Amino acid sequence: MEQVFAGVSVQVNDEGYLTDFSQWTREVGEDMAQKEGITMTDKHWEVINYLQEQERNEVPLTIRKIGKSGVVNIKEFYALFPNGPLKVSSKIAGIPKPVSCI
Amino acid sequence: MKQLLILGAGTSGTMMSNHLRKTLPKKDWQITVVDHQENHYYQPGFLFLPFDIYKTSQLKKSIKKFIPKGVNLIQEKVELIDKDQDQVSLKNGEKLKYDILIIATGTDIAPREIEGMLGDHWQKSVFDFYTFDGARNLRNKLRKWDGGKLVVHISEMPIKCPVAPLEFAFLADSYFKNKKMRDKVDITFVTPVSGAFTKPKASKELNYLLEQKNIKIVPDFNIEKVDADNNKIVDYGGMEVEYDLLVTVPTNMGDDVIERSGFGDELNFVPTDKATLQTKVKDNIFAIGDATNIPASKAGSVAHFEAEILTENIQRYINGQELKQEFDGHANCFVETGDGKAILIDFNYTHEPTTGHYPFPNFGPLSLLKESHMNHLGKLAFRWIYWNMLITGKHIPFVSATMDTDGKDLEPEQEITH
Repeated sequence: MEQVFAGVSVQVNDEGYLTDFSQWTREVGEDMAQKEGITMTDKHWEVINYLQEQERNEVPLTIRKIGKSGVVNIKEFYALFPNGPLKVSSKIAGIPKPVSCI
Repeated sequence: MKQLLILGAGTSGTMMSNHLRKTLPKKDWQITVVDHQENHYYQPGFLFLPFDIYKTSQLKKSIKKFIPKGVNLIQEKVELIDKDQDQVSLKNGEKLKYDILIIATGTDIAPREIEGMLGDHWQKSVFDFYTFDGARNLRNKLRKWDGGKLVVHISEMPIKCPVAPLEFAFLADSYFKNKKMRDKVDITFVTPVSGAFTKPKASKELNYLLEQKNIKIVPDFNIEKVDADNNKIVDYGGMEVEYDLLVTVPTNMGDDVIERSGFGDELNFVPTDKATLQTKVKDNIFAIGDATNIPASKAGSVAHFEAEILTENIQRYINGQELKQEFDGHANCFVETGDGKAILIDFNYTHEPTTGHYPFPNFGPLSLLKESHMNHLGKLAFRWIYWNMLITGKHIPFVSATMDTDGKDLEPEQEITH
């Protein structure tokens, strides 16, 4: 389905995750964050950049990985993206939600 | 004489030793397997042991029994892999030179990684079922447990056999129903991902199971610590879940030797090409099964499919040919749902589990992503196949290493990529 962020129409799945990363822009991410109640700061963007880089390298994302990334520790990650930080930050980064096998 | 060295005699290492002894000329290649353990365990059986469905004697046999003639087995711990010298050091000081190395050291639980998980309560009120001892101790506990809050918990992903914890919850429901004490047991499933099922088709087909079995779900729970004094687990966001009996899957990590040798990721898994199974450590080092960091399930079926492709790629490597980019992440798992039923799932890197028939299109006899008694019988029959065919490298008829799309209800536009 289509949804509009920052005045741009993008394709998202049922849960609101982008299905085509090429449609992601910083403005789209910023607007998505706002709708999640998050005001983006430099630290938020540092995390988003890290997530996107891991996704490009096909590295599955976990809370531990982020805690050891040197970008943020896990407590800070929760403070930046409250209520399921990995789920929320993945959405803002325009990458798929971390999943189990079924 | 050239040397091919395999580290680990679990599912993957044993299969590779059998495949390669058949394909590599005996006059040119000596094959050596190193593993310090005495026993080879049928790991899928650890799920059934706590519920008294299997006996301990059905789950272990001597490692030696499955290493073929003409392969040298050394039962000693590995100290270090020296990739620059193409050499492995053993704990007893012996050094083994190799031309080709296959790392098949698997994964193990690391309860030390979670604050408060180990302590006096470990194996008393906090159990794992991913080890032989853990599953057996849990069986003894369940035999005399009089009920309360049962919490089935996954610490963090990735874990071996990702559906096993959910199967445990389903089997627990059956077990307590049969003991006529289901009303005394409250079952909660706690997971770091966003639900028991996260793939759209599985969620649609299977969500009814949780309601039917009265299993509560706590999703997005990233454990910070076990507070054993107060019988609760606490997540980084401050969420708390109380338990009387905690059945947890601790953090899964690769072997310490990977860390000592300086090339693992943060969980000691070996960086490996997901299509060829050659490691990113060095061209003459390959990895298979749970030891790799590839984005496939850590499961015996995956190791089985990988073994066929890795056998071919080792031959290609020896002949100086380009490696086949063939492994597609194929996994095939029976998922026990309790009450004598199971579902079967078949998927790979790009296709999520879906409905259909397996292995023959339009016929089956096994149905995909639907509960049936036939699938449960399939799961039980698999123990025989494992001991007699799978690890000794015999081909299992009609089951191919790469995923087959025939017989599946696929909608190509819904293919997923990640």
